[in-house]
Amino acid sequence: MQQVNRLKPFFENLNFDREDNRMVVNFGPQHPSAHGQLRLILELDGEKVTKAIPDIGYLHRGMEKMAENMIYNEFLPTTDRMDYIAATSNNYGFAYSVEKLIGVEVPRRAKVIRTMLLEINRIISHLFWLATHALDVGAMTIFLYCFREREFAMDLMEDYCGARLTHSAVRIGGVPLDLPNGWLDKLSVFISELPKNIADYEGLLDQNRIWKMRLEDVGVISKEDALSWGCSGVVLRGSGVEWDIRKEEPYELYDEVDFDVPYTDRCDSYGRYKLYMEEMRQSVRILKQLIPMYAQTEPQIMAHAPQYISAPKEQIMTQNYSLMQHFVLVTQGMRPPVGEVYAPTESPKGELGFYINSEGDPYPYRLKVRAPSFWHTSILQELLVDHYIADVTAIIGNLNVVFGEIDR
Amino acid sequence: MMREYKNRKNQQKKAYYNDRFWVAPTLPKLDPQEDEIFEQDYKALKKSFKIKEAYIQLGQLVLVINPQDNKTVLEFMKNELDYTFLSELSASDYLEKSGEFEIFYQLLSISKRKRARVKCRIKEDSAIESVYTVFKSADWAEREMFDLVGVKVNNHYNLKRIIMPDDWHGHPLRKAYPLQGDEAAQWYEVDKIFGKEYRDVIGPEQRDSARVDKKDTKNFARIFHEVPYGEKPSDKPTKQDYQEEDGVFFIDEFKKENSKVLNTRR
Repeated sequence: MQQVNRLKPFFENLNFDREDNRMVVNFGPQHPSAHGQLRLILELDGEKVTKAIPDIGYLHRGMEKMAENMIYNEFLPTTDRMDYIAATSNNYGFAYSVEKLIGVEVPRRAKVIRTMLLEINRIISHLFWLATHALDVGAMTIFLYCFREREFAMDLMEDYCGARLTHSAVRIGGVPLDLPNGWLDKLSVFISELPKNIADYEGLLDQNRIWKMRLEDVGVISKEDALSWGCSGVVLRGSGVEWDIRKEEPYELYDEVDFDVPYTDRCDSYGRYKLYMEEMRQSVRILKQLIPMYAQTEPQIMAHAPQYISAPKEQIMTQNYSLMQHFVLVTQGMRPPVGEVYAPTESPKGELGFYINSEGDPYPYRLKVRAPSFWHTSILQELLVDHYIADVTAIIGNLNVVFGEIDR
Repeated sequence: MMREYKNRKNQQKKAYYNDRFWVAPTLPKLDPQEDEIFEQDYKALKKSFKIKEAYIQLGQLVLVINPQDNKTVLEFMKNELDYTFLSELSASDYLEKSGEFEIFYQLLSISKRKRARVKCRIKEDSAIESVYTVFKSADWAEREMFDLVGVKVNNHYNLKRIIMPDDWHGHPLRKAYPLQGDEAAQWYEVDKIFGKEYRDVIGPEQRDSARVDKKDTKNFARIFHEVPYGEKPSDKPTKQDYQEEDGVFFIDEFKKENSKVLNTRR
């Protein structure tokens, strides 16, 4: 016979019985519109939020601790589990920072493939954001439309790397695979169809009375607040700061392709929605320019740096010295130089940076992930105050937070 | 209850082999004069603060300062030098080597398009001043630093654990923090949920997530040889096609050969 459960919930000494007619509501951590494991403690005056305390940590897996006890290549698949909506952007962020640390130049074909994958991931992430956000706000149709289109983008990822959600499609020093036959044709079909779909979504939402009522002047983040709270990505651009790391500190082929960075001074949820739609169009534009670039590249997809990166498989199988190198790199791991690196990338959610402190060992001495959603969740404590309880779900959805990378 | 952990030695994984003659190369540290903007910033800072060390590493300015100056330096950099964005803040543990924490503040200047890192070291028993009033983003970052590394922060309005539970002992990102639970840890949940008297009934907690028990019939561990609950394991392969022989009543039989797979999108 099982005894009564002895686990005692911890209520942070909150006073639920109050004198002043206010009510304390526990929102989450299991709530469909909390987008993961967000717990919010809301103090309500009627339907108005007077105080909000976000509480995180329900999805903590100790990624940074794991990184300190893994060789660099071993940690790469773990980064998938951070922002699991757009896994390649995490893989890339980590690989990019290690490449900076060891000073390896990636072959051009790998750069083309990486940039394509990053932009497909951006589209996947933005479609997922629109789908779930619209569902939170009450637009079921959009949810289904977006998921249909996202499915085609995920098929592309599956054709490339075999996985739909946790891709691990990037390696330190390049990419593991070349593009399969006919993949570029599928990609061009996808990007020719997508703008029509985006136009459909906008047709359904842009002038939609309910959509505008739920989003306009909701969740207003001033420019000063956005900078001070460390907001990045669309949230920062939605507050009138023209800052996109792809443009300002270009990596991969972003300095060779033409694209615009949309930004707005509206500062509210509706402005950010418009930015997401425009960013998808820009991603399509980038992908269109990348397709012809692929044919002009040499077939090499992994960098040549025997000290850090294994040789191609044919060489490992035929040449003794490559096999020895490979054995050492797999069993002991690469030993990057002593030093520190902070490498920021523009992930679909915002500025994703990896800080690595290397002591010359095969294990990083300290690895810190700057996950954009963490900072976007911290602003909730100021942002939710004076909004109605119905706006809470709209704002959480609009900030595009994903809890895999907040709790890490 | 959780127990405090007393060991002070580095518990992290170490390379199993080190070449005697291997000397790790160091990333080059350039003089701040190499970059025009960094040189100006460095000169402006040097006038009012003591800068222990300044160099450019991988295109970013690194400044080592006194820990007492952290708030004033960041305030100066924000207001005078236009580093308006604190993108990251955290600490690493050097307790075993020198009894210190190394704290870094990663700053970004949007107008200059430059990134700088301000570093300082404090002793384990001392505390650092909160920069929450300068950058609001330091609010949660300092809480995380306190929670995971155990750096104490002065004058933070709400310094408590953010990621680990409130009743947690120790700080997981310290090098002395154990990587695995000990003898007592395997009984922790059994004792807490059911009570000590149920140890025999339930058994110790299985903490190796990769463990597969081939004979475990209850958990369907033998793939393609699953048996119903409680029955003995069998070598007879289980049927993988779950469709009824003649189809289910009312429902047409599913014929794989008649189904169509779309190779291209419609």
